[in-house]
Amino acid sequence: MKRRDFIQQSTVATSLVALGGLSLSSFTTATKTKKITILHTNDVHSHIDPFGPNEGRNANLGGVAKRATLIDSIRLDNPNTLLLDAGDIFQGTPYFNFYGGELEFKLMSKLKYDAATIGNHDFDNGVDGLYAQLPHAEFPFLISNYDFTNTIMNTHTKPYKVFIKDGLKIGVFGVGIKLHGLVDPAMYKETKYLDPIEAAQEMTRVLKEQEQCDLIICLSHLGYKYRTEDKIDDLKLAAATKNIDLIIGGHTHTFLAKPTIVENIEGKNMLVNQVGCYGINLGKIDFYFDDNKNKAAEETSILV
Amino acid sequence: MIFKQLIACTCLLFLASCKTPPVSLSKIEGKEIPISEEIKPDQDIANFIKPYHDHVTNTLDSVLAYAPDTYNKANGKYNTAIGNFMADAIYEQSNPIFKRRTGHDIDFVLLNKGGIRAQITKGDITSNTAYEIMPFENSIVVAAIKGKNVNEALTYLRKAKTAHPISKLKLVINSDFNIVEALVKGQPVDENKTYYVATNEYLYNGGDNMTFFRPSDSLYVLNYKLRNALIDYFTKVDTINPVIDDRFIQIK
Repeated sequence: MKRRDFIQQSTVATSLVALGGLSLSSFTTATKTKKITILHTNDVHSHIDPFGPNEGRNANLGGVAKRATLIDSIRLDNPNTLLLDAGDIFQGTPYFNFYGGELEFKLMSKLKYDAATIGNHDFDNGVDGLYAQLPHAEFPFLISNYDFTNTIMNTHTKPYKVFIKDGLKIGVFGVGIKLHGLVDPAMYKETKYLDPIEAAQEMTRVLKEQEQCDLIICLSHLGYKYRTEDKIDDLKLAAATKNIDLIIGGHTHTFLAKPTIVENIEGKNMLVNQVGCYGINLGKIDFYFDDNKNKAAEETSILV
Repeated sequence: MIFKQLIACTCLLFLASCKTPPVSLSKIEGKEIPISEEIKPDQDIANFIKPYHDHVTNTLDSVLAYAPDTYNKANGKYNTAIGNFMADAIYEQSNPIFKRRTGHDIDFVLLNKGGIRAQITKGDITSNTAYEIMPFENSIVVAAIKGKNVNEALTYLRKAKTAHPISKLKLVINSDFNIVEALVKGQPVDENKTYYVATNEYLYNGGDNMTFFRPSDSLYVLNYKLRNALIDYFTKVDTINPVIDDRFIQIK
């Protein structure tokens, strides 16, 4: 960069500091706002049909066909939408016992899911059972901390994927929970669990620096929060990393009144969200981008 | 301070100016939308599901037994009606098979609370009920373990402070969570004796951190799924009668 440009820009920056946020709009003409909508589910656990009328607090909630209607209307409103799932797609209703996950994957494909990560229950018919259903999934499985090299799943997952919506680059990566003690070793076989924080740090580096993403999303099946210090969860992952804008969580079936704002390792606010389980809720996070080079990232306002 | 901000601002501008198009994240809005009853189902999706749905429900909807009440694993501290019912049913269904095969009786049953995946709702019980309670494909196994391992299991239960389903086992802890009474089929545990413990292969392999099944003297795989044992039990009885009792209690 030429020195003159540098001086020119520092003059602008000085004005910004002096005048404050209020005058920002006066500097720009016709600021274009782009909106990216992220829709998400977690721990749907083979719940295809809505709950029946006698099912306590879940009565009459959920159902894939109703979720489809809702997703369609949101996509109609904003075509720049990604639909993601944070794992534990399998297990929980006889649909899984009868069809082994075929219907779950076919429906997620019909709903045009963009990506999912892998939960511990997705191993319930073994790595072989998961592999057997892959032909029914028209979306990628993203996981950065399971090494499937010595299993049949080798090369059938990706650590991350970059999506382009309205010219913006959205990087999505996945992290999974420690399988030992949670899943029968006969099921996960030689799947190797790698440190999720290290994996997330590497993913954010790649997505930010190499792929130059405008937005970074982590699909996590680690769980929202554990009291024990040494057990990694989404809140700890958020606080130990940088450049993640949103962690979409799962595993703990946590119903949050609203997404949690967490300060990352750089002191910057980001979001952790999870929408309970069984397809009862759909998470919706809207990211607004201003086509405006004079605005500092610190000014992002979060409304939850 | 102003100087620091200036530097920070300049750096950000520098970074932003290298990228095309230059954008900045200005606002994030997050909310949760319930998939509520009022939403109309997408007809294409509903039609796609229907043949799968019909096949599953036709198979599962025949009535097997009756539940006089609703039983949930949240009701009860150290033992629950649904957990007791399950562990007792597993004992009753698997002991004759085990005895025929080995000549031994099962000494006790130990499952995990997390394995109860749904409540039994008051009214008709169908195969579907069994699928909801026990969606996993886990099979019953009987581990032959030494009394020493049984004591480790009791310590596990004492520390877990929760209602893992047990049958033929009695455990009393005091206010300090120390064991004051531990009986297997009414007898104190003998460290050197071999006990035959029915569980499932998930727990036998260390699931839920139940590490005390290893080393075992031997393992008997019954090839009998927990769910099928429940279905067979439901088929056999007319009305179930799960109750909270004194098999695992705390005295103050």
